[in-house]
This record gives sequence, C-alpha cells and structure tokens, in this order.
Amino acid sequence: MQARLHACAACHGVHGEGTDNDYFPRLAGKPADYLFNQLVAFRDGGRSYPPMNYLLAYLPDAYLKQIAVYLSRERPPYPPPAAPSADAATLARGKQLVMQGDPALKVPACAACHGQALTGMEPAIPGLVGLHADYISAQLGAFRYGTRSTAPPNCMHDIAAHLGDRDITAVAAWLSAQNAPADPTPAAPSPLPLACGSVPH
Amino acid sequence: MRKLRLLTERQPPLAGLAHRLPLNRVPLIPRLVVATVCCVAAVSASAADARAPTAASAPAAPLTHAQLIAKGEYLARAGDCIACHTNPSGKPFAGGRPMDTPFGTLFTPNISSDKETGIGNWTAAQFYRMMHEGRSYDGTLLYPAMPFAEYTKVTRADSDAIYAFLMSTTPVHQPNRPHELRFPYNQRSLLLGWRTLYFRAGQFQPDPRQSVEWNRGAYLVEGLGHCSMCHTTINALGGSQQSKAFQGGLIPMQNWYAPSLTSNAEAGLGDWSIADIVALLRTGVSSRGAVYGPMAEVVNDSLQYLSDDDVRAMAVYLKSLPGHANEVDRSPPSQYVSEQAARLAPLGKKIYDAQCAVCHAVDGRGRAPDFPPLAANPSIEMHSAVNPIRMVLNGGYPPGTHLNPQPFGMPPFAQSLSDEEIAAVVTYIRTAWGNHGTPVSDREVNELRAAPLF
Repeated sequence: MQARLHACAACHGVHGEGTDNDYFPRLAGKPADYLFNQLVAFRDGGRSYPPMNYLLAYLPDAYLKQIAVYLSRERPPYPPPAAPSADAATLARGKQLVMQGDPALKVPACAACHGQALTGMEPAIPGLVGLHADYISAQLGAFRYGTRSTAPPNCMHDIAAHLGDRDITAVAAWLSAQNAPADPTPAAPSPLPLACGSVPH
Repeated sequence: MRKLRLLTERQPPLAGLAHRLPLNRVPLIPRLVVATVCCVAAVSASAADARAPTAASAPAAPLTHAQLIAKGEYLARAGDCIACHTNPSGKPFAGGRPMDTPFGTLFTPNISSDKETGIGNWTAAQFYRMMHEGRSYDGTLLYPAMPFAEYTKVTRADSDAIYAFLMSTTPVHQPNRPHELRFPYNQRSLLLGWRTLYFRAGQFQPDPRQSVEWNRGAYLVEGLGHCSMCHTTINALGGSQQSKAFQGGLIPMQNWYAPSLTSNAEAGLGDWSIADIVALLRTGVSSRGAVYGPMAEVVNDSLQYLSDDDVRAMAVYLKSLPGHANEVDRSPPSQYVSEQAARLAPLGKKIYDAQCAVCHAVDGRGRAPDFPPLAANPSIEMHSAVNPIRMVLNGGYPPGTHLNPQPFGMPPFAQSLSDEEIAAVVTYIRTAWGNHGTPVSDREVNELRAAPLF
C-alpha cells in the first residue's frame, strides 16, 4: 500500500507523520472512519482544497477505505511540538477551553470528544495533538464559515460558531504546544456531549 | 469530456479559486452517483445490442422495454451524458453544472425525467432532433458546448434507446439555471453563423470497404464518444479544424493538452498496440502510459463501462487514422533551445535521479503499468509541454476503475520544487533517453501553477 500512496507522502510524509508545512497535517493514527470521511469529503466537495480535490476525484469508496485503514494503523513518532507563540494568559484560556470547555458559550471541552489524551476517539473523531496552530485555527474557521462541512448535524460548525477569534487562537496555541502522550491510541467510543453527524450513533 | 468550443482565452488566474468552490468549479469532475452495480449489469446485458453500428447489421428481434432502457443506459455511458449533466454534489442528470467561459457561464440543463424542469415531456422525436440537429424541443439553437456536431451521427434507434433510459431516470425537480453570458454572446442568433461554418447534420454512414469492427469503432469515436471535441484543435471561432482532425489540441480553460490520436509514430498512437489502447481506455493504465487530467474523468465516467469489444473497435478505428508528418517539428532546434536544454538538463537529471527514478527508473522506462514509462512517451515529448509540467506540479491518480481499482498515484511537487527546478526536470525528461521534446522555461511552469485543478 505504501507504494500506492507516494502521492500522499509528498505532503503528509511516508508514514502520514505530516511535514513542517503548517497545512499538511499528520494523518497517522487517526481513526479510520475519520480519515475515510475526510477522503470522501475532499473527493465530493465537503472540504475544499483544490490539490486534494484533484487527487481524489476519481478514486472509489472501497479504495479510500483501504487508504484510511492503512494510515490509521501507522504509528510514526511525533515530532516535538513548536514552542508556544502565545502569551501565558492566552495559553491558559486555551487549556481551559480544551479540557473544561465554556458552558457560558455552550462549548463543550474538546477532550470530551477528542479523548482525554487528545488522541481522538474511535471510530471517527480525530486526534488533536501533533497539529500546527495555523492548521487548527484554519479548520475552526472553515467549520465556522461552512467551507468545511460534515454530515448533519455539523457539531463542529456549532462549536466554532460559538468561539470568538481570540478563543480560536487560544485553543490552537495551546493544542499545538502539547507533547504527544506515550500511547497515541485513540480513546474507545463513549457518549458524546452533543450529536455529530460524522460519528455513527 | 466537456470542451467549450466558444472559448479561446486563457483561464483567469487561480486567485480566489478555493473561495469560489464549488459553484465556479471548473467542470472537470463529475460525480458518479448512479449505482455502479446496476450499470455493470446493464453493460453485460446490453453490450450485444449496442454493438451494431447501424442498419448494416443483421436485423435483431425487437427489444423489450427493459432491454431498450438497458441499451440506452449503456449508450448514455458511451456518450458520457452524466459528466456534464450532473453537478458534483447534485443528483444524476439534474444538470446545473457551471461551465465557466470568458464570455460568461453556461449551466447545463436538467435532463432527468422530471416533466416540469427536466425532459419528461419531450417526445422521442424531439430528443432525436436535439441530438441530430442541435435544437431543443421548441427549436431553440443549442450552444455547441453540447457536442451535437458529433451526436448528429447517432442513429435514430440509439437515440431512442438513450431517450428511453433518460425517461426511466428518477425525476429531479430542479429548474434550469439561466446562462450568464455577456452581450453579445447571449444572442443565440450568433449560433446560426457558427453552425453554417462548423455544423453538418448527418447520421454516421458506414464505410462498406471497412470491417464491421472498424465501422463500430468509427461510430463510437466520431459520434457518442465525441473524442474530437478535445483531440482536434479548435480555431479562433471555436470550431474544430477538420483538416487537423484528431491531431490533438490544447483544451481551453482547463489547460491540459489532448494528444494526437493519429498514427503519427511520435505524436500519436502509431507505435501503440491495439491491446495498449484498449487497456488505457478501459482500465486507465497501460504499458505505454496512464490517463490523467480530463481523460481520467472520461475513463472514470464513460469508457470503463464499455464492453471490451466496443473499446477494441474504437482502438481499431483510431489506429487507422492517418498520421501527418507535420505533427512533429523536425527542424533542428534553435541555438536558444539547445542552450536552454544544456543549461537545465544537469539540474534536471540531479532532481530526476533523486526523486523520480525510484518509480520511473533511471533509464526512464518506468515499471508499467503502475509507473508509466517516460522514454518514448508521446505525452512527455510532444510539442506542448503543458501535460508533463502539470503532472510534475500537481501529480495525479488515474481513475479507480473496475479493472484497476487501486491505482498508484504520482506525487505533486508544486509545494517542494521551484519553477526553475520543475523546468529543469521537465526539460530533462523531454530530452533524455532519445526523447525529442524541447526545453521548458520557468515562466511556463509559473503560469501553470495557476491552472485550474478542480
């Protein structure tokens, strides 16, 4: 399978570890259904990024599923996180939103769905460690403005719409500064605080 | 394959393209929404019926209605109706697909069986007139983005089968979106002039001196397949230049070069075997090369569903197209060209050996069919360098077809190589191993970074 995925490795690394580029995220170890959903979304237009839309345009579901399963089983080491670029108060706010959420904003903790270790949750919620701050904030912005969509209900749209720009900056800054845990395995499925269309019930 | 004949200008820069998606998406990527299992069944059931090119074949028993629909579905695949008449995120045959042109935007019409917004109230005769004469049910002239100059060759019986199939599709209530063309291009009377110059109505006439197979291939290539929409150069007025039929041409707006299909050995299919051509068209890959860009879509949506016999017939016909010496520039390279090649080739070789040879081999022979050869590959060395530059910039996957469901992909290098580095490596592969291509400049590379991807 690795030989079939040279086209992916150019930006996402041979083992899906991601690269230095802020916008070429780590894929390795994310739950297979999450990766499959993203591949389908790039193919069918749920996510807009022309280089990905172009590469996936004529690949059938069965193949995308195999690619997703393959990458979900990869376990390359995480690079050390970048030094935090935000001030202490911003990082504290980011940690609060990620680990506790903000009931006043109707925003649950990121960790409630993405796992206490932030390594994602089976079968379809991605890990958040090992991503760059610019990538995280760009995704929250895309969810907010609808350029990244999911099967309804689009829970991430609702969450991103409740977050202000400063909160998004804080979440992205804190997440991108975290060391990966020793065990990168996604968490086992558990009930979610809100309904998400991309996660089977 | 869609090609807008009225277009002669370059695509506007990519700037903002991502923000305009999906509405202004360049119509490269149709979505396959119909159940493929049904289609495969229909192909096997209908291939025998569909094989007969014209009335020249032996009379067959009348088809049941179900057989007629199955035959029509197969023929609609051969004509690739679904590609243009389905929006990527929309329902099959409901139309609405935007086709950007320098003159404005065309939106393909709904051809589902909906009586109000589709063609559910059309008669078979009106449908045939549309196919044969390029006129809508009420006589309105069609824009030649609809390939009626090719579909005019389709027999009445085949048109009736396609009509029966479309009438069997799920009705989708979706009003047609008016074209957004600027004056004077929104004046359909202009089309009268275009038709006088470039359109001759007329059903395919078999050549009795040729085999049944050849005639079947000619019927499919020149008719439903509408191959010449892309593979024949269009002139400034947007008409196909018949004197250069099938000699290849740049596809306006999309910025891919549709290569020559003639028997010229260097530019065309002259030294391709029938088996190579059949493999390429049915599976998307072959020992000589793989499909990419717009042709990947054609294989994905149309050709992979055709029977081996039909694709073989198309290959037989294509192999019979005469080559022309003028397809290849045999004049000695200018001093400038030679200097460019000499200057860029060493850097190109260095990049090639480090990043390309692992798949395409140091000697450019590749490892067919998954890693195409670059040596003696017309796609690489033909006079237009657009395709090799774009493949290096953007990479690409051949389509995942029934016969090649897990294709190997070419990586993109736009993000890791500079314009000069890409110019160097493309110059190298176009001139190494006996290839007769010309050098490319970093400016050409830079311009193609803005070419539409999706």
